Amino acid sequence: MTAPPGTPLAGQPDSDPARRAPAVTLEHLVKRFGEVDAVSGVDLEIRDGEFFSMLGPSGSGKTTTLRMIAGFETPTEGRILLHGKDVTGVPPFDRDVNTVFQDYALFPHMTVGQNVAYGLMVRRTPAAELASRTDDALRMVQLEGYEKRRPAQLSGGQRQRVALARALVNRPRVLLLDEPLGALDLKLREEMQIELKEIQGQVGITFIYVTHDQDEALVMSDRIAVFNRGLIEQVGTPADVYEHPLTTFVASFVGTSNLLSAAAARDILGMDGTFTVRPEKIRIGAPEDSVATDEHSALGRIREVVYLGADTRYIVALDAGGELIVTQQNLQASSMEALAAQGRVVRLIWQRQHVLALKGGTTTSGEAEGAET
Amino acid sequence: MTESPFVRVLLRVGTWLVLGFLYLPLVILAVYAFNESRALAWPPPGLTLHWFGEAAANPAVRAAFLNSIIAGSAATAIALVLGTLASLAVQRFAFFGRDTIAFALVLPIALPGVITGIALQTTFKTMGLNFGLMTIIIGHATFCVVIAYNNVVARLRRLPRTPEEASADLGADSWMTFRHITLPGMGTALLSGGLLSFALSFDEIIVTLFTAGAGTQTIPIWIFASIQRPTELPVVNVVALVLLLLSVIPVYLAQRIAGETAGVTR
Ligand SMILES: Nc1ncnc2c1ncn2[C@@H]1O[C@H](COP(=O)(O)OP(=O)(O)OP(=O)(O)O)[C@@H](O)[C@H]1O
Ligand SMILES: [Mg+2]
Repeated sequence: MTAPPGTPLAGQPDSDPARRAPAVTLEHLVKRFGEVDAVSGVDLEIRDGEFFSMLGPSGSGKTTTLRMIAGFETPTEGRILLHGKDVTGVPPFDRDVNTVFQDYALFPHMTVGQNVAYGLMVRRTPAAELASRTDDALRMVQLEGYEKRRPAQLSGGQRQRVALARALVNRPRVLLLDEPLGALDLKLREEMQIELKEIQGQVGITFIYVTHDQDEALVMSDRIAVFNRGLIEQVGTPADVYEHPLTTFVASFVGTSNLLSAAAARDILGMDGTFTVRPEKIRIGAPEDSVATDEHSALGRIREVVYLGADTRYIVALDAGGELIVTQQNLQASSMEALAAQGRVVRLIWQRQHVLALKGGTTTSGEAEGAET
Repeated sequence: MTESPFVRVLLRVGTWLVLGFLYLPLVILAVYAFNESRALAWPPPGLTLHWFGEAAANPAVRAAFLNSIIAGSAATAIALVLGTLASLAVQRFAFFGRDTIAFALVLPIALPGVITGIALQTTFKTMGLNFGLMTIIIGHATFCVVIAYNNVVARLRRLPRTPEEASADLGADSWMTFRHITLPGMGTALLSGGLLSFALSFDEIIVTLFTAGAGTQTIPIWIFASIQRPTELPVVNVVALVLLLLSVIPVYLAQRIAGETAGVTR
């Protein structure tokens, strides 16, 4: 039996129970900075080998949570367990996790090679092993031949790779990444997303990935935790979170918010509460179109048409109040035809099974305004 | 800017007057160092390098010069170590009374030299110390430490924290992080702080007068003592010129270093 390279504990029978323990366990984690509640009670289990994303808007406590896992911040309350072991009071240098920082935090006075070898150097790794592992790490991020350069002589994408190699060379069991692609342009970011995912597959360690970009989280993750105001609103697979959002916040933050509440919900769905329908599940028909028994429908007028190349987005003002966004692929329609739809009176139709009930949606301000216009 | 030609001329003349006022005495001093005659006469009757040889051969000058070098180096070394420790404490750790301590650390720079001098003298006497090179070094270190502290603390304020965190994250304990990351980051600040405090020590006279005791002379003290003796005048001029260069050059270098790194970090 040969373990793939970089799988640190494969084949050690003693470690079996530890391997089955979650990679990271957060127990009622709280962090207060003076008056500010950065993290207000997070419970979470992250499985070994998982690509786990923490998704949320700015200021929702993602970075603070990550920094507590790394050991840079001490929790105000709660416990942190790494592979079943309590590390709440353990300093960063004694934790088996490594971090890729948002600003990369490369050492400016060292070469790329010295940067990558740093973790091995401070742990007094024998010279030969240090050299070969450094080479391996640089090869993994496709930076062979850059050893002698300084960070200042690299592009943003290359610096990002150095930061990644510098963390991975230590073969941590958990890698923390704080918006590592935030500073890159869209094209490079999409390339790096695929590459990061591949690297994670190769090394087989747990990745905890902080981002505020929902597409990024959906593309890359095995599971996602959606953060809002220092709390987790939902944890689940990308499909779970996207198709079955539990709260108004998750529905609007992950994907386009398409909420039906108050009068609109009663009129159209015949139910009280707040509901959502994903834009791509809605079809646009003529007002006189018939509706099947397993379908809902609503009359409205196309207020705005946004042509997006592959898709077109229609914003429809409902007669019952509020708005719904509908996206349709431009299979046959030309941009001319799509744009000509503006102002048209239409019937929106969707299947009942695509309507999702949400928690905590009655106070959404956008709805109240929408109902009046 | 749209000054009238008259204002422009006036400003230009004013600038030259100020520069002349600042630098003419120095030029005169420099020229007299090459004066053939023992007496001060303008213009000098002829130029010579004779007095440089004389100064170099003068045992009192040589002893004073050596003392100045030792005092400057030792005071600078002490200042760099203590100044760095103090700035790290103030800049990297939060503790009760930190702001007060930060203020107390730079306050002595506003103290008149006479006060520092007499306070040190009284203290040394109370402790029963022998006055000499050792007491000069301690005296100089008191103001050099402020310079070193100021330089380092300004740098620490600008240095980003994340590389230090990255270092800890990669397994380095506090000491290794300091040695491999923080210290190299402070490098040029230490160098410019060191040069400035050396220059400051090298031409210091007031504190030195109070802490030197009878037998020990530094270069400024030797000049001060010899200026009354007309026979020594040509040698005094030479020594003064050397002192001038040795205190200006480090300040110039320190400026250059500080300027360069400011450019790099941006
Ligand atoms: N050192 C600190 N001192 C005081 N307040 C802080 C500190 N660090 C974070 N906060 C506050 O805690 C809250 C959460 O911050 P955090 O950095 O965790 O958010 P985030 O989700 O990472 O946001 P972003 O996407 O903008 O990076 C914010 O309100 C922030 O202002
Ligand atoms: Mg953040």
